[in-house]
Amino acid sequence: MLEAARCIVVRDLLVAWRRRSDVATALLFFVIVTSLFPLGIGAEPDLLRSIAPGVIWVAALLSCMLSLGRLFAADHADGTLEQLLLSSEPLGVIAAAKALAHWLVSGLPLVLIAPLIALQYDLPAPLYPVLALSLLLGTPVLSLIGAIGAALTLGLRGGGVLLSLLVLPLYVPVLIMGAGSVDMAAAGLAPDGQLLLLAALLIFAAAFAPWATAAALRISVE
Amino acid sequence: MNLEASHLGCERGGRTLFSDLSVSLRGGELLRVAGPNGSGKTSLLRILCGLLSPTTGAVRWEGTEIRRLREEYSKQLVYIGHAAAVKDDLTAAENLRIACTLAGLRVSPRQIQQALDSFELADLPVKRLSQGQRRRAVLARLVVSDSLPLWLLDEPYAALDAAAGRLAEELIDGHVARGGAVVFTTHQDTRVRASQVIDLDA
Repeated sequence: MLEAARCIVVRDLLVAWRRRSDVATALLFFVIVTSLFPLGIGAEPDLLRSIAPGVIWVAALLSCMLSLGRLFAADHADGTLEQLLLSSEPLGVIAAAKALAHWLVSGLPLVLIAPLIALQYDLPAPLYPVLALSLLLGTPVLSLIGAIGAALTLGLRGGGVLLSLLVLPLYVPVLIMGAGSVDMAAAGLAPDGQLLLLAALLIFAAAFAPWATAAALRISVE
Repeated sequence: MNLEASHLGCERGGRTLFSDLSVSLRGGELLRVAGPNGSGKTSLLRILCGLLSPTTGAVRWEGTEIRRLREEYSKQLVYIGHAAAVKDDLTAAENLRIACTLAGLRVSPRQIQQALDSFELADLPVKRLSQGQRRRAVLARLVVSDSLPLWLLDEPYAALDAAAGRLAEELIDGHVARGGAVVFTTHQDTRVRASQVIDLDA
């Protein structure tokens, strides 16, 4: 079972590596959006410090949305999606592998680059680990939930807009808890509660989202 | 092995493609699906492999409905559809290896190389290949798929030249001779002798 999942992850990473520009677009989008805010708002350190978690998290949501459209669309277009549906393993496992590959390509880089972005907002150094940890726990949830939306809107005209309408409301809890944990830490309180809730969300999404994605894929491919 | 479809009906976009179609296929049999463009050949194949649910009727594998078998049924078959089902950025060998892993087949790198050699494919990214070579890269799967009893092939000869077409015919013949079952659609003349023909035009 793990062999098929590993095969999908390796395949998607290999395709992403050979199409590096696609991956770079989403990451650059994140960097540029988060850099625009300090430029537009002005160099008011206190204000920047207080908006930093929210801005970074919203930019992470949007950058994740940007690459979600391609999650299944490319496989659908070249016919490999049909082969995934006919694979020898449960479709939920395949869907989980696709979501994992999506996170490795579009979520993990955000986690790694976020401390650098936080520098622009003059975020105090002790908050960096909290921000990174909240993103580490939260961004996989974005990929998992996003995969359901991507599967549902597969092959629709204007699917990209519909996808954001479907998925962004579902991202709200992740946004609240992700940005909230950094705010808590900034206020000198322990962020454990929010981070644990994020971890719970991640476990919940990892357990159920792949199966919902699988059901959505079967409907879309018909 | 026994594939049985009873009273299949298919409706696409408000148009009835076929209705009350029954097929029974055993090992060593070759079923050819004939009919003009748009008569529902591809839909029938997709129904038989479980990608599409029929409007009426059911498909059974060894007596059990394929909808309940899911991957247990997928494990038994190769489906080669209209679309190439290869990743443009990967090489033919990488594509073949992935297809085999997903199908649950264990193949050695040597077997993969042999399969590609028999279709005279260079190890290039698929996007550099021509339409016909791409089709060869897809059909190379058949060389390593002996152990899967059911082959469902949608237009296997499309875009192939004479030599590759003959090779595909030999593979199909060989599979049927070994006791496998094949369902295929084609517009071209083919030397393989079908034991059953379904004409969707009638």
